Amino acid sequence: MDEEYDVIVLGTGLTECILSGLLSVEGKKVLHMDRNEYYGGEGASLNITQLYQKFKPGQEIPEKLKGHDREFNVDLIPKFAMASGEFVKILIYTDVTRYTEFKQIAGSYFYYKGDIAKVPVTEKEVVLTSLIGMAEKLRLKSFFEFIQNYDENKPETHQGLDLNTVTMKAVYEKFELEPATMEFLGHALALQLDNSYLDRPAMETYNKIMLYMLSMSKYGKSPYLYPLYGLDELPQGFARLSAIYGGTYMLNKKVDEIVYENGKVIGVKSGDEIAKCKKVICDSSYAKDKVNKVGQVVRAIVIMEHPIANTDNADSVQVIIPQNQVNRKNDIYIASVSSNHNVCPKGFYVAIVSTIVETSEPEKELEPGMKLLGEIVDKFVYVSDIYAPANDGTSDNLFISKSNDATSHFETVCDDVKDLYKRVVGKELTMEGKVVRGDEN
Amino acid sequence: MSFSGRNDAAASNMKPIQVKLVLLGESAVGKSSIVLRFVNNEYQDNKEPTIGAAFLTQRCKLDDRIIKFEIWDTAGQERFHSLAPMYYRNAQAAVIVYDITKPASLEKAKTWVKELQRQANPNIVIALVGNKIDLANNRAVPYEEAEAYANENELLFFEASAKTGTNIIEVFTELAKKIPYEQILANNKNLNSRPGQNENGRVNLVDQDNNNQENGQCNC
Ligand SMILES: Nc1nc2c(ncn2[C@@H]2O[C@H](COP(=O)(O)OP(=O)(O)OP(=O)(O)O)[C@@H](O)[C@H]2O)c(=O)[nH]1
Ligand SMILES: [Mg+2]
Repeated sequence: MDEEYDVIVLGTGLTECILSGLLSVEGKKVLHMDRNEYYGGEGASLNITQLYQKFKPGQEIPEKLKGHDREFNVDLIPKFAMASGEFVKILIYTDVTRYTEFKQIAGSYFYYKGDIAKVPVTEKEVVLTSLIGMAEKLRLKSFFEFIQNYDENKPETHQGLDLNTVTMKAVYEKFELEPATMEFLGHALALQLDNSYLDRPAMETYNKIMLYMLSMSKYGKSPYLYPLYGLDELPQGFARLSAIYGGTYMLNKKVDEIVYENGKVIGVKSGDEIAKCKKVICDSSYAKDKVNKVGQVVRAIVIMEHPIANTDNADSVQVIIPQNQVNRKNDIYIASVSSNHNVCPKGFYVAIVSTIVETSEPEKELEPGMKLLGEIVDKFVYVSDIYAPANDGTSDNLFISKSNDATSHFETVCDDVKDLYKRVVGKELTMEGKVVRGDEN
Repeated sequence: MSFSGRNDAAASNMKPIQVKLVLLGESAVGKSSIVLRFVNNEYQDNKEPTIGAAFLTQRCKLDDRIIKFEIWDTAGQERFHSLAPMYYRNAQAAVIVYDITKPASLEKAKTWVKELQRQANPNIVIALVGNKIDLANNRAVPYEEAEAYANENELLFFEASAKTGTNIIEVFTELAKKIPYEQILANNKNLNSRPGQNENGRVNLVDQDNNNQENGQCNC
């Protein structure tokens, strides 16, 4: 430990592990520590014993769940990878794909007027859907044509709408779309969590709709991918990448203090030792005095013995309950996976219901989602705070990642990774070709 | 049983069966040295870790099958007891190494056996290897003791030396004989459409076969 490192990384969440991997590949000397004895931080995947220890200490484990620890890898934070998103690009660029196998999520659904409906995307699905009337279908069709033909550099494709300047609301108005269609486009396709996007430039939502449609067309069933054995395979994969390129790993390591000199980071103290470094990257839990609380997410991790009703018995789904449907400001998300993803024994399903906290009774806010699940074996409900760094680290060389947010995919994690990379390294992360590998035969 | 290099493999037009093999054991028992001896028939007294190798590959011919060992090393993560479970989760074979001059390393090996029995693929084939028999003068773990433990737990057992090469090929040969290939083949059936997906929804993000150069010769 008493060597000097280029970068010390604290916490083994996905953001930290991706950065650790990228930096090691570039030849930086990296020391990566975590106070926990497992990888993943807030985004770890737990077995049943660990789950009860964490959320229901002292409580008897139900008979049918006992003795199946090997088969359970229950995620604490629900996220899927968009098949055409930035996260998949990072996986391919770094070759971390070789450590993990991915599976498609079988269906993408949303909640409309009390029922669950498949999110229609292909032209055929749009024509067949019973959600909207005939005239509206034609309007939606021309909206999709506009979206698909839009080319920033060809004003003739703009139909008078420069997406960098007009709001999304203005775009909807131009195509005279009904509120229900707007809700579907903004929430089920663009995956916006609330309605503030309506007043922002349309380019953001355009990009999100395109991401959904491209991801959808990649493998067919849904735009989402999931790693076998649970989400914490991902930080572990990037940690291995880092180790292979010389990164040093220390789990179960007390991190007492980040040491400064003249207002700049010079090392990290653990017990009697100080590991020296030029820069520190950490999650918010290692720098509580340098982050601001920006919100709260409530999540219910639910174990069931059946798939979610009205989803064609899908082994895995995402269900979005748009805020308007249940008189909220923020959407409720349900992410469900099963034994087919090596996260629980045969016959079981794991669902996570989550939303951004709006009231003083967060668990109650999840009710519309919980209702869709039917009978359950057990649930674990928890509220977690979302933090954002108070400053960007360029003055003190302490670079803090954002907390896991309420989005259902890894795209915001990738934004943060790129942003942190730029601040730490001083140049943009370019992902051309593949990372250079050593003398693998 | 016979072994051969990749050219024979190409000639006989057989698709190799990929077997993920992991090395486990306390730091400095000689895991990396064993891999290096097996794959390159090399040994270095103060070997710097290989930078940037996700795994090394070695092909073996067993009866009418070609086996492609994908050999994973701990990349030093074991040095501070920080090995990620994903490393061994889907392995089909494991070599658990201890140092015959260090009794504590056998105890560590036993905890790895337990961990694999608890967490790994239930059909994993495990070999326990007492390394550094060239240092038999300083032996601190009796052969019989380790052998009895291995028998009790249905592990293959060898004493070997990465330095002299004694028994190294034998470890991999005997493992190769015990792997349940029918099961691996049945599993792979669901995986072979690449890039793309198969009926049960598995996807291949990239064509992994092409970006992984092969080792020319086989040292089996
Ligand atoms: N005498 C002798 N020394 C060996 C033998 N095998 C390895 N060594 C030496 O033991 C030391 C550790 O070997 P490594 O192969 O690096 O051990 P490792 O298990 O990979 O260690 P970590 O990567 O730290 O977990 C090196 O100095 C080797 O040269 C052997 O068979 N005999
Ligand atoms: Mg080694």
